[in-house]
Amino acid sequence: MEILIVLGLPLLGAALLALFGARRFAAELNAGMSLATLIAASSLVVRVIRYGPMLFGHEQFFVDPFNVFLVALTAFVGFTTALFSRPYMRIEEHHGRLNPRRLRLYHSMYQLFIFAMLLALLTNNMGLLWVAMEAATLSTVLLVSLYRTRASLEAAWKYFILCGVGIAQALFGTILLYFAAEKTLGREGMTALLWTHLNAVKGQLEPRVLGLAFVFLLVGYGTKVGLAPLHNWLPDAHAEGPTPVSAVLSGLLLNVALYAVIRCKVLVEGSIGHLLPGRMLMTFGLLSAVLGAFFIWRQRDIKRLFGYSSIEHMGIITFAFGLGGPVANFAALLHMTVHSLTKSAIFFTAGHASQTAGTQQMDGIRGLVGISPPIGWGLMLGSLAILGMPPFGVFASEFLILTTAMREHPWTTPFLLIALAVAFAGIFSRVQPMVFGESDAPPLPHSPALLPVFVHLAMVLTLGVYMPAALAEWYRAAARLIG
Amino acid sequence: MHTSQLIAEVLRVLAAGLLLISFAMLSGRRTQQLITLFAWQGGLLFVSTCLVAYSSGLTEMYYSAALTLLLKVIALPWILNRLIKRLGAQWDSEQLVNVPTTMLVGLVLVIFAFGLAQPISSMATTITRHTLGIALAVILLAFLMMITRRKAVTQVIGFLAMENGLFLAATSATYGMPMVIELGIALDLLVGVFILGIFFFQIREQFDSLDLHNLESLKED
Repeated sequence: MEILIVLGLPLLGAALLALFGARRFAAELNAGMSLATLIAASSLVVRVIRYGPMLFGHEQFFVDPFNVFLVALTAFVGFTTALFSRPYMRIEEHHGRLNPRRLRLYHSMYQLFIFAMLLALLTNNMGLLWVAMEAATLSTVLLVSLYRTRASLEAAWKYFILCGVGIAQALFGTILLYFAAEKTLGREGMTALLWTHLNAVKGQLEPRVLGLAFVFLLVGYGTKVGLAPLHNWLPDAHAEGPTPVSAVLSGLLLNVALYAVIRCKVLVEGSIGHLLPGRMLMTFGLLSAVLGAFFIWRQRDIKRLFGYSSIEHMGIITFAFGLGGPVANFAALLHMTVHSLTKSAIFFTAGHASQTAGTQQMDGIRGLVGISPPIGWGLMLGSLAILGMPPFGVFASEFLILTTAMREHPWTTPFLLIALAVAFAGIFSRVQPMVFGESDAPPLPHSPALLPVFVHLAMVLTLGVYMPAALAEWYRAAARLIG
Repeated sequence: MHTSQLIAEVLRVLAAGLLLISFAMLSGRRTQQLITLFAWQGGLLFVSTCLVAYSSGLTEMYYSAALTLLLKVIALPWILNRLIKRLGAQWDSEQLVNVPTTMLVGLVLVIFAFGLAQPISSMATTITRHTLGIALAVILLAFLMMITRRKAVTQVIGFLAMENGLFLAATSATYGMPMVIELGIALDLLVGVFILGIFFFQIREQFDSLDLHNLESLKED
């Protein structure tokens, strides 16, 4: 029942906002619906903690430790981003970049996007997972092109075509998976695509078919994770779309796509063993981390800069999942959480910073601390957090990943260290002059909502110094599940 | 026994037809012509799905055949035709570079697809199992078409042709995915084309043309 409410609320929100999205109170309605979704998701979490994993609706939906924490995270960041978007979009409207009709589209699609992601997370059906991932792409295409500028149209087109082609590969992978499963589970009762059933019989699935299926699934969903060399859409879509969209793309969509990859990996590993899927994830992950880090150096646009940083971090997480084992999985899950919180916080401040300066070009953004201390310090602290400075949570997860890599695959450590160092130097040298220095830019017409930024950063800090026992137990359960 | 052999034979011919259409699309110059080819591809898919439904006796296959007819033979070509008419792009033709090379690459892709599908189709028990290689080839050829073309509409037709290949793969390997999933996929496809329709107008409004050469200013820097 809770599952239905969690899914129903954003869908209802999308319908309501399609009707009233152009009114003055649309932003408040958007935030209100997101808050309701968050409350429903929290009650789902409480239920799962109390009664354990559950199935629902002819086993089509399920909740286990792995997806419940992502559901909570998605609902939470969805809510804080809606809070941030309220003043942000008002300022954009004030600057004349948007009109009420486009705001209606924005608000309605925002809710639809949250719905698609929650559906992808909660469904037990690998086919429905695909449908939901595609729906998540479709609902954001028009958001990326919301400003109708040349660059934003180009970014949206690239996003649509690349992710469309990618997701078509994933569909082929899903078909192969179904083909293998149908032999064991049969066509009757439609259980052959249900993850829980597949997981129960994964040892009997035909290894050759599953191996091939995994290649397609990894390439397909990997495109949406932004893994190099399939990452081309990511920086453009992040830079050209409105900032709240960049925040949810980076903070949530990438996680959900990676979640799909990992679900598939669990099945495939049961059939063909750890070696091939693990190595593939490690290779793609390392490549993304290193390439992402080096591309950071060449950026001039603040949102592209952090887009490449997302590629780097998704690479690190994918690599950690590739390592496998309880510690690396634990670290990967933790990193997913802290990256999502930190990166969305950074996008919030970066959005307001470029609104203040009137440009996204980093050369034009100067002296943020002088104009608005919260924006300046938010950007500085967020950057330090994402760069893995202790005592932030990113440090803890990266440290765990590095030490595990050192123990199990020593040859990978230099690559990881290079990626981290290059990203550190690249980002820090850009952020420092933006935050400090002189500027005479006027303050913003509406006061920015920076509470979400500091709430996110406080959570990341807390995860770095002290992890609540319940949360740690939760991560451990999820890590065991992934194997 | 005799009829089922006949059906299997007809199915192979139909699949070969699909592959031929894919090659024709690769060299098709005019947008209108490509849409017609796409509709024909959908028609062949419809007939072959009906035949598979008849020979396997699965009623849900008839539904998915009907879905194919509605969506890929009637709705999508109609939407696309209306779209290019309103955009005034129906007589557009595009310069193709190096058709012979493209064809050769296409041939290599077909061989690759057959090699890749061979071990899997030998495991399948469906009447259509031999067409899995063709399905994969159709997917790859559509992909090639998307890479080599520079017009927005053409790329979308390539994208849709790829979905045809996927559909063929699903029917040939497994007699189709469960109905719920197929409906979901069809819905996504339809919504996708609608969004693209909106998108075309936005692109043309900004660039006065649907040529994707205009969309190359965001570079890696």
